[in-house]
Amino acid sequence: MDYEVIICFETHVEFKTETKLFCDCAVRYDAPPNSRICPVCTGQPGSLPVLNRKAVEHAVRAGLALHCTANPLSRFARKNYFYPDLPKGYQISQYERPFCENGYLEIQGDDGRPYEVGIRRIHLEEDAGKLVHSTSSLGSSDFSLVDYNRAGVPLLEIVCDHERNPLRSIQEARSYLEKLRQTLRYVGVSDCTIEKGQFRCDVNVSLRPRSSRTFGRRTEIKNMTSFRFIADALEYEIRRQSELLRTGEEIAQETRLFDEQRKITVPMRSKEDAPDYRYFPDPDLVEVELDEDFIGKIRDSLPELPDQKVVRLTEEYGIPREDILILTREREISDFFLACAPLCRDRVRLSRWIIRDLFKLLNESRRSISDCPLRPGDFAELINLLEAGKITDAMGRSILKEMFHKECELSQLLNKEAAGPIRDADTLLRMVDEVAAQNPEAIAKISSGILEPVNFLVGQVMRKTRGKADPKKVRDLIQQKLGLSHDGS
Amino acid sequence: MTMELCDQTAARLAALLRKGEIRSRDIVESVFRRIGEREESIHAYISTAYDAAMKQAEKADSALLKGNPASVLAGIPTAVKDNLCTRQMRTTCGSRILENYVPPYDATAVKRIMEGGAVMTGKTNMDEFGMGSSTETSFFGPTRNPWNPEFVPGGSSGGSAAAVAAGEAIVALGTDTGGSIRLPSAYCGVVGIKPTYGRVSRYGLISYASSLDQVGAIGKSVEDCAMVLSLTCGHDPRDTTSAPVKMDLVLESLRKGIKGLRIGLPVEYFVEGLDPRVKDKILGAASLLEQNGARVKEVSLPHAGHAISAYYLIATAEASSNLARYDGVKYGFRAEEVRDTLQMYELTRSMGFGREVKRRIMLGTYALSAGYYDAYYLKAQEARALIRRDFDNAFEQVDGLIAPVSPGLPFRLGEKMDDPLQMYLVDVYTVSVNLAGLPAMSIPCGMVDGLPAGMQIIGRPFDEETVLRVGHAYEQLKNGMME
Repeated sequence: MDYEVIICFETHVEFKTETKLFCDCAVRYDAPPNSRICPVCTGQPGSLPVLNRKAVEHAVRAGLALHCTANPLSRFARKNYFYPDLPKGYQISQYERPFCENGYLEIQGDDGRPYEVGIRRIHLEEDAGKLVHSTSSLGSSDFSLVDYNRAGVPLLEIVCDHERNPLRSIQEARSYLEKLRQTLRYVGVSDCTIEKGQFRCDVNVSLRPRSSRTFGRRTEIKNMTSFRFIADALEYEIRRQSELLRTGEEIAQETRLFDEQRKITVPMRSKEDAPDYRYFPDPDLVEVELDEDFIGKIRDSLPELPDQKVVRLTEEYGIPREDILILTREREISDFFLACAPLCRDRVRLSRWIIRDLFKLLNESRRSISDCPLRPGDFAELINLLEAGKITDAMGRSILKEMFHKECELSQLLNKEAAGPIRDADTLLRMVDEVAAQNPEAIAKISSGILEPVNFLVGQVMRKTRGKADPKKVRDLIQQKLGLSHDGS
Repeated sequence: MTMELCDQTAARLAALLRKGEIRSRDIVESVFRRIGEREESIHAYISTAYDAAMKQAEKADSALLKGNPASVLAGIPTAVKDNLCTRQMRTTCGSRILENYVPPYDATAVKRIMEGGAVMTGKTNMDEFGMGSSTETSFFGPTRNPWNPEFVPGGSSGGSAAAVAAGEAIVALGTDTGGSIRLPSAYCGVVGIKPTYGRVSRYGLISYASSLDQVGAIGKSVEDCAMVLSLTCGHDPRDTTSAPVKMDLVLESLRKGIKGLRIGLPVEYFVEGLDPRVKDKILGAASLLEQNGARVKEVSLPHAGHAISAYYLIATAEASSNLARYDGVKYGFRAEEVRDTLQMYELTRSMGFGREVKRRIMLGTYALSAGYYDAYYLKAQEARALIRRDFDNAFEQVDGLIAPVSPGLPFRLGEKMDDPLQMYLVDVYTVSVNLAGLPAMSIPCGMVDGLPAGMQIIGRPFDEETVLRVGHAYEQLKNGMME
């Protein structure tokens, strides 16, 4: 039988706020253990939470970016359970009335068409502390230590809607996560660095016959620390469930853990063992009223989102869509492009140079676009010089490299380089003669009909000119000298 | 007969201090002398702090000498209930689980009275985590009624009320979740006020039931309570449930009198079950007020009968969650020699909490559990809304209510310890006020068989002024009669 896969994510995103969700302790991950704590985030008797306004702004900002409705009245609830990293014996989270509900995120569906993945709710909650065990786990350790620096750090939970346009394949799941991460980074609520635990996912998977309207039993998978592992876990789980369905066996509703080494999921607890969290409204926190003014201000301050930007840039600049998608992948990249674009005559050349040459420099030096030392004005001017033919591509590349590494201005380099390509045919011819004299074997090969060394000779001449000649012109001169026609035959 | 300093009101002592006739140190000495004489039989305190108190008294004295006392309470020995966090003294909540817990911070109410120059005598005994009506559930042993040590002082602020009644403190901070200030004040023959929910910051008050808990004052007179309240009240950014409502409590306003004030007697509170001797005292007080210009009429609070059940569901539900933090991980008592984390939790909590606390944690856990939440917790919240509406309706007709504090007089130690339901019913007239978040006061209204009887005065939200006014007027009238 043909099965339809239903995938739903619960994504936890750690916010970029200065202070914790309910106290004014600094959010710092590199601080020594238990150095960013206070009576509130360690759950001292008598302490009370006070809501961080910035975190609410971020939650609403994320919600609006995901086309959610912001609730005019929200409240916090307590999720009760015992664990040593949980200072109060409950987590302050949200149950009824989260900050945002009923949104969507548009991805490209498997059929190649836009697909609006349903988002059921977005809520705020506090993170727990971190346990450090004397061995690998709490159970097997003689003792464990708790670091409460992370306790109380704001987390945003974004929950997919399994009833409204759920994800239907691993590819869609991947697109969703990438798009979600991109969007949250765009609106500036989180860096979403997966390795730092700023973007964590649990995923629900179920299968149903394509003809069916009712959902199959679902399993929840936890403990996946990268997109790669999420894909691996989904692949394994879908295979496991379809195998069970094929042989007529029951799928247990349970929570499973992903085993990174073996790339399989293993049972963690069954539905019957699922804890009763005894949610109830937190009486220590008053309800949060969000007025239209507050929501409106956040809506007005939202940056242009990736989808809108793709449409606009394609229309305004006539750049190939693939290039636009790359330029808009990160807000900072598109910001750089947009800062240069008005100063450039040739936007296609600009985008190529960003994607090919600037990215290469950034990758080599392991820098992100946000700490790129280049001034957009200089970069644009460089593109204009290239476009006007005043410098060659090779010259452009070397200037760019120098400007990037020395963090200097374009004008300084241009003066020094006594810029301008070598156009003077006599000078070039002299260089061609020198190269020919130094490479008799190459000349001999070419004379015998093996044309391959021509490229080598061109390269040698270009090197002599320190890239300041037009390589096409050099090739012409060499070919003339050796009596070859232009197409090399 | 000359009165000892420790038996005088804070208002009188404050006047003497300002005139330079006495020093704060004299009062502290007097109070600690009394503690030396009576503490062994009363056991009002869990911890006392003579040395620290003397230092604070010296500081207050030098400010007074310069004519610059920090507040009306400057130099006045004040006892603090042991569920209010104090940085320099252990804060136990009357529980083994916090037996040696020294908080890293001061509760806002404590901070405010200390900044006002008050002298802290020590931390008073209480029912464990405020769960009890007799101060018998304290891990540190019961407090006894200063009027007769065979009787309970009421609870849970029994230590604070007994200390004030016995002259072991001049005034005291208490807390009230379902009657915990008013009941012991009535049983010990002193005045106690529970302000409107949100009037005083709960920051640093160790939670029993967050939506009901409130910090209040106990004193020998209405004016004494008002003096304490004038310092502790006001918005605190650390407690979002503390109201951003200004209170300009001018002590003079107490003396405005009661001419024309409309006072209601809730008919549902004067029914079978109320000790007729207590009933007579309260009705006598009402007619005294009526003779002096108040207009007294009967009103109805039709949902009063649901108060006890609603209270014990909501309070225990919140408590089951509030007390989850006592797990042996971070502070307080931890059971040793355990196999694993789960056993550490089990043993720590089994050994660290007393019977009544465990009973209420179980009740509350049950009320919040899947499948029971709607029938218990939500239903109780509905009842709470109805009870609140009853009061709103009553306050359209009257400015204040007069009611009993408790159905009976103080009972004997041990009398109700094996019958939790009987113990819970002691609070039948006080819990509604917490459910509705109203200000209410308990004021002595006479003696029956050598034991004090108390009367409750209930006001509109944030109208402590009327409550204090009625109380003060009654106090004056009663004293006038006695003279």
